[in-house]
Amino acid sequence: MLETTREIFPFHGGVHPPEMKDLSNRSPIARGPLPAQLVIPLQQSIGNPAKCVVNVGDIVGKGQLIAAPDGNLSVAVHAPTSGRIVAIDARQVAHPSGLAEWCVTLESDGRDEWIARDKFDWRGALERGDGKAIRDYLQLMGVVGQGGAVFPSHLKLGGREALQTLIINGAECEPYITCDDRLMRERAIEIVAGIGIVRKMLNAREVLIGVEDNKPEAVHALREALAHCGFAAEVVVVPTLYPSGGAKQLIKLLTNKEVPSGVRSTDLGVQCFNIATIYSIYAALEQAEPVISRIVTLTGGVAKPGNVDALIGTPIDDLLAFAGGSSAREYIYGGPMMGFTLPSTAVGLTKAGNCVIAMDAASFPPKAPEMPCIRCGECAVACPQELQPMDLYWFSRSKNFGKAQEWNLFDCIECGACAYVCPSSIQLVDYYRFAKSEIWEAERAKKSADTARQRHEFKQFREEREKAEKAARLAAKAAPKPAETAAAASADAGAPAADADDKAAKIKAAMARAAAKKAEAGDLAAPPTQVGNGKVPHVLSDEQAAKIRASMEKRAAEKAAQEALSPEERAARDAERAAKIEAAKAAAAAKKAGADTLVEHASASSEQDASAADTPAKSALDEEKAAKIRAAMAAAAAKKAAKEAGAASPAAAAPDKDAVAPSPAASTATEAAPAKAALDDEKAAKIRAAMAAAAARKAAKEGGEVAPVAEPAAASMTEVVAEVAAAAGTAPAAASTPEAVAPAAAGIDPDKAAKIRAAMAAAAAKKAAKQAAQDEGQA
Amino acid sequence: MSFLLALAVMAILALVLGAILGFAAIKYKVDEDPLVDKIDAILPQTQCGQCGFPGCKPYATAIANEEAEINKCPPGGEDGIRKLADLLGKDFVPFDDGGASAEKARSVAIIREDTCIGCTLCIQACPVDAIVGAAKHLHTVIESECTGCELCIAPCPVDCIDIVPVGENVNTWKWRYPIIQLKKVA
Amino acid sequence: MMRTSPHVVKPTPLQLVMLKVAGALLPGIAVYVYVFGAGIVLQLLLATVTALLTEAACLKLRNYPVKPFITDGSAVVTAWLLALSLPPLSSWWMIVLATVIAIGLAKHLYGGLGQNPFNPAMVGFAVMIVSFPAQMGRWNAPLSLLSHELTSWQQFGYILTGQLPQGLAFDTLASATPLDAVKTGLTQQHALPDILQGAIFQAGWLPSEMGWIAAAYLLGGLFLLQQRVIQWHKPVAFLAALLAFSGLFHLIDPARYASPLFHAFSGAAILGAFFIITDPVSAPTTPLGRLIYGALIGLLTWLIRTYGGYPDGVAFAVLIMNIAAPFIDQYTQPAVFGRKRGSVGAKGGKA
Repeated sequence: MLETTREIFPFHGGVHPPEMKDLSNRSPIARGPLPAQLVIPLQQSIGNPAKCVVNVGDIVGKGQLIAAPDGNLSVAVHAPTSGRIVAIDARQVAHPSGLAEWCVTLESDGRDEWIARDKFDWRGALERGDGKAIRDYLQLMGVVGQGGAVFPSHLKLGGREALQTLIINGAECEPYITCDDRLMRERAIEIVAGIGIVRKMLNAREVLIGVEDNKPEAVHALREALAHCGFAAEVVVVPTLYPSGGAKQLIKLLTNKEVPSGVRSTDLGVQCFNIATIYSIYAALEQAEPVISRIVTLTGGVAKPGNVDALIGTPIDDLLAFAGGSSAREYIYGGPMMGFTLPSTAVGLTKAGNCVIAMDAASFPPKAPEMPCIRCGECAVACPQELQPMDLYWFSRSKNFGKAQEWNLFDCIECGACAYVCPSSIQLVDYYRFAKSEIWEAERAKKSADTARQRHEFKQFREEREKAEKAARLAAKAAPKPAETAAAASADAGAPAADADDKAAKIKAAMARAAAKKAEAGDLAAPPTQVGNGKVPHVLSDEQAAKIRASMEKRAAEKAAQEALSPEERAARDAERAAKIEAAKAAAAAKKAGADTLVEHASASSEQDASAADTPAKSALDEEKAAKIRAAMAAAAAKKAAKEAGAASPAAAAPDKDAVAPSPAASTATEAAPAKAALDDEKAAKIRAAMAAAAARKAAKEGGEVAPVAEPAAASMTEVVAEVAAAAGTAPAAASTPEAVAPAAAGIDPDKAAKIRAAMAAAAAKKAAKQAAQDEGQA
Repeated sequence: MSFLLALAVMAILALVLGAILGFAAIKYKVDEDPLVDKIDAILPQTQCGQCGFPGCKPYATAIANEEAEINKCPPGGEDGIRKLADLLGKDFVPFDDGGASAEKARSVAIIREDTCIGCTLCIQACPVDAIVGAAKHLHTVIESECTGCELCIAPCPVDCIDIVPVGENVNTWKWRYPIIQLKKVA
Repeated sequence: MMRTSPHVVKPTPLQLVMLKVAGALLPGIAVYVYVFGAGIVLQLLLATVTALLTEAACLKLRNYPVKPFITDGSAVVTAWLLALSLPPLSSWWMIVLATVIAIGLAKHLYGGLGQNPFNPAMVGFAVMIVSFPAQMGRWNAPLSLLSHELTSWQQFGYILTGQLPQGLAFDTLASATPLDAVKTGLTQQHALPDILQGAIFQAGWLPSEMGWIAAAYLLGGLFLLQQRVIQWHKPVAFLAALLAFSGLFHLIDPARYASPLFHAFSGAAILGAFFIITDPVSAPTTPLGRLIYGALIGLLTWLIRTYGGYPDGVAFAVLIMNIAAPFIDQYTQPAVFGRKRGSVGAKGGKA
């Protein structure tokens, strides 16, 4: 019955582990349980995880789309039964890492009701030559390769020209697994119909169905079905030899074509589909049924081994209970040669899950300890990819990844034949997987480093260009000044009109202010007008160094604070550091006031530059904003000082210090903007007041945590706030609480001010909470 | 006499061969990557400036000119120092801070949205333009572009930027080095 | 710890492999005892005990668990090969010293099982033949050629104490090995057919009684091949090269060059072909590499036997080729699946 006239082209190597198939292939496919809850992972294919399109609480029908494909490599995910979405969160998934990924948890309502379905007219689409419509439909139906690789099927159906050979993979070479076997026996008609569809879509000249000779019933059923199908297809019986079910090995067996790694089999005129995938394609196109279930073999140490037509997302626990339960401690997901042990049995079934094996102690004894490799070469004899596994092992083990790649590490299909025959019991595949993931990681790192380099270089280029443009503008502006002809100046510069002139003037003013302040602060950095000399500095300018230093110090301070020893010590150290930081901040603030106007100027010009797509939008920056920033800086400084003071000396003298701290900053900020309109001034002052209030409040809070004399401190804080507010000349003297400040600000820009205040308060609160938690921890 | 002959033969031979070699060296000259680019390729491109230079390229230039040590790059980790040492034929030098800069998990900056005031300061600080936003509008970090250099922390007036380590997911997860229990742990 | 795939393994532990190798040596040992007497049994015993003790001591010193390594049987196989290579009546300290050198120096100093670049047994043999050429040349004649009876106990006594029964000197027992006899004869300008008239060369079809031992080794070797413990490449290439070169020169001048049959069944040729050069650790692993390796050992063996200073050349040929094994591997990497010449993927060349 199993005679085949076709010539078989054996592949190199291969092993023959005990088949163990008759454990589970004797009973027909059972309808799986309807679990109370299903956990459906959103990543059910290679490529991106599908994008969730439902919300928690939604009621969904069976077969309803719950996640749409995100990109071409991704496919849709559907609700396997009707019910309510109870959670969309990260849960452990069936993956060797045991990591959590996004899953939709569906609470079944027990009715299992389909949504309304419309059959897709694939025949019509095919006649119109609209293969893309069919492929898109399959993507939307969530069809992926169910042999284990979960490669989206629609990507394999896009043929440009006629395909030489279509291969249907019914080899099922892994021991224990019988789901394809049962599927072929029981649903041969549907499978053959599915093959017919795929054959038409790919325009295949020849159809070969590869089945191992240990499945005579399946071969018989398929041949029977093919006798009436109306197209030529041949069931080719191949010898039982693992891994004949590997796509590359099966293609070699049937066509004598070897598909190298990195080459698509279509380039050699061959395309290979798994039996279960064919069935899914059939169900999707003929019955409008998305992939919401699959046949899974439950075998090994379970009471009732067999095959189950289970819903995707069914927790493995439910499946095991359905199979009569098991006392095994570990479970293999997939076959014994390539599957992995499940991190937990609570995970949901995925589209790749063809088998769950309960590892009973008799069939899966603990592995013998690894002995050294004696280079016996058994692995090379067994390797179906004709690699030299012992050399790959050697290179991977010594982390010599370059050499491993040179020895074709990536041709390894991780079939496990080498580890199976190793007399030294070396877990060879583990080394290859390790080496592969290290190489991938290194490639990712390299790619991101390259991107970062490009982006950094572009940023530098952009900054240089802006500086150069600015310098040119300033030069144009400055040249005619002695002549005191403003109009001529704008004409010379080619600037369009008076408003540009106006802006330029403003900038100049800002520059002057910045320069003045810088001088005041004793900053030695070159004035901004001299920076734009078009050369990338090879050593950090003082300004940049200061910035970086400030950044580092800040991080260091945070870290130090976190690991501080006692409140007193920490306070002392913080005080010192904060003083430094504050100084740096003040300098930075001063500088920034100048820098911001520069940016404004530059961005105005960059609007004319079409290539400036990467430039962060800054055109909205204006005086108001500058004021706000200054205010924010001042507030931050104040906040910090307050914090320090509160922490350092719980004495009542602290608030006095605080009162001094914000004032200079605030006043410099005020001084810095003499040219501003009255309205702006007022607004800025208000914001400042609000900030200060927030800072004060925070300091008070912190003071309360650290010192017993919290109340007086808080009291004097409010005084400070009042003072600041009064000095600004806008707020009523009663501004002792943020609420009280609010009405004062309301007159001009209540919304904005409130927002800022809220932000400040939130930040302060968070910090205080953190501080408190730490203090508690240390206490 | 034969002594002189031998000497003459040798001298002529040396001249001829030298000429051939010299010609070949010019004719078949291989344009190699300049050293700076090779060094730059090893550096992690965080552009964080922790080495004391304004970015990775300047540091690479400094190393190439032997103006800087190879152990100034904490983001590159000890692995990076090793690679630099290999490339330059130098000895491995550990970090001079006694291991405080030892390898750190890849991390990115995250802006707390409820706190950001839209000041654009972080945007200007970012060496790789990985922060987007406009004045008075919420800023956000493009995580895929962020190098975790921490340069945006200092300028933020409201301390709304956190550096969080990037956890692994099933796509970036790595198989661990297999544990060999051959040798007894002494 | 999580278990990783494959979850099933073929039950072929290292012990079984070594057990089969040792078993395959038994027919040879039996014939050896028949030809030379039971002395070899004591040699084997001494070698085994020494090997196990040395192995255990080295593992202890290196802080490795003793049990899994001592039971893998590789030390025993090394010890037996050494015992079978030394003269059957050599003193006890020679086999002990040779074994200590093989296990301690050639194996454990290089990192133990799987790490040794040289075949340990051959290192032990080479050190002995270089250091003690006189003792290593003291072979006794096959029992059938002795005029006196030499019981097993007398042999044991001589190995352990160096004392022979009253009135018996070793010289009366001594006899050159066939290879030695040929070499000496040829250097004394005798013609080969004349040399082969000597008593030791009268042993039926095969060149000498030692040839029958070799024939028994061949039997064991075929068993190993059948059991797939060893692969055919190395023995076949080795014997083919040895036969080819000896045959060619024998055809040219039969009076000066011994026949292929003589070369194959004299000395350590068969033992080497199936038991020594098949040691995988120190040999190349690629199919083509194995062929080259075996063939070059065959050629070197013939060269050393014919032109060298030592009567047999297997040990030195093996050691020389051990050095070349990684090099051979490097340049004989087989094409992998889909990257063979003429196939689509055959573009990425190898370094």
